[in-house]
Amino acid sequence: MRNIFLYIRRHFVFLSFVALQVAALWMLFNYNRFHRAAFLGVANEVTGSINTQVDKVDDYFHLQEENRRVHQMNDSLMNLLRSNFNVPDTGSQVRRDSLRIDSTIQYRRYLYRDAKVVYNSVNFENNYIQLNRGSNQGIRDNMAVVSSGGGIVGVIINTSPNFSQVLSLLHTKSRVPSALKKTGTTGTILWDAKDPRYLTLEGISRDVEVKRGDTVLTSRYSYNYPQNFIIGRIVDVRINKATNFYDLKVQAAVNFASVQQVFVVENLQREEQLQLQKETEQKMEQDKKPSR
Amino acid sequence: MNDLIKNIFRLSLFILIQVFVLNKIPHLHRYIVPYLYFLFILWLPFTAHRMVILLAGFITGLSLDYFTMTPGLHTAACVLIAYVRPFIINLLIPKETTEINFHEPSPRGMGWGPYFVYAFVLTFLHHTYLVMLEWLQFGTFLDFIIKTLSTVGISMLLILIVELLFPRRMKYRTNTA
Repeated sequence: MRNIFLYIRRHFVFLSFVALQVAALWMLFNYNRFHRAAFLGVANEVTGSINTQVDKVDDYFHLQEENRRVHQMNDSLMNLLRSNFNVPDTGSQVRRDSLRIDSTIQYRRYLYRDAKVVYNSVNFENNYIQLNRGSNQGIRDNMAVVSSGGGIVGVIINTSPNFSQVLSLLHTKSRVPSALKKTGTTGTILWDAKDPRYLTLEGISRDVEVKRGDTVLTSRYSYNYPQNFIIGRIVDVRINKATNFYDLKVQAAVNFASVQQVFVVENLQREEQLQLQKETEQKMEQDKKPSR
Repeated sequence: MNDLIKNIFRLSLFILIQVFVLNKIPHLHRYIVPYLYFLFILWLPFTAHRMVILLAGFITGLSLDYFTMTPGLHTAACVLIAYVRPFIINLLIPKETTEINFHEPSPRGMGWGPYFVYAFVLTFLHHTYLVMLEWLQFGTFLDFIIKTLSTVGISMLLILIVELLFPRRMKYRTNTA
């Protein structure tokens, strides 16, 4: 017994080195479980408040580009106004859409909330973005994040009371269900960690016709992302001979280095969709047993 | 100035510069990530106990990790160099002269040659370990080698610039007070 204490006393520094090293590696490899802990939530509040202060200065360097994006977005919305359409033909009637939009929530599928980026990086293999809205303002995990220009930025992965973290498209674990605008063929957008301007589109079969300049949008079949939002444009078409699929290089629609104002999009029917899927799976499981 | 206060001030400065300047510079190349914050550990005083250096390394890494959302990544690398640091110093410096006369490692106190060997070894260890942990999750072996070498190069350049631009005034410690 005495020898054990002597040993510990003699190698105390080495043993504490091992302990700290194990603690660090535990945090790293258990990240998914760890980031739920309140510990990181508190840290998120602290880094968030520092980031907000620095961001106040940083904003001025991106004003011009941000202005241009907001103006373009306004322009596209202006074109949708009812007053733009003049109906000279007397045979046609203008009918008001009877769908209620605001009076009841049941028809609404997507809800937009504005938020501001307080910290953002593009230099790493795994990039995260921090927003100045958190669970107190109704932000939850798995909500999509769209830039002020209408391009997909990422998805919320973690929230604290007043701040939230976004898994950027520039993250090696990011997978976004997407589709080609022209044919509607679905694939997956991911990032090869090489250049923050370019993404990769996978899962498009060779028999689909693909050209340079084709637009890639979000898929209709996603629970998290609203449909038909732009992800990017194809700049390079290559065929992977091993798999008979395309390797498509996509130029991102969003300039990730200067994202400033964003929308957080909530799918109000997400729970219902997931519930339905779960129940279907359960039903199939139950049906399988008696038929055997 | 009190050593403790001075080092707390220094740590927050290093972290802020790393997070808000070096991590935010426009993307140059996938292999170029400028790291400088670990210079804080290299600058800790000679007199600090090994245990204190180890804890300082842990805190340094963890505070950067909270900003970059990678809990444990920089912490592991910092704890490693904080543990190795006393051994490197013992190897490189004749104990009787420098450590008594100077307060903390600096090119002035140690000479440019030994100081750069000291900085290079610790930088190399830090980056190898850091890039290896990243590589375990993503990437190829060639990426790992190239990224380690390029980040070590960039960091050594940054350390050289910092040492030239901000020479720390070293009090030559004598017993005449």
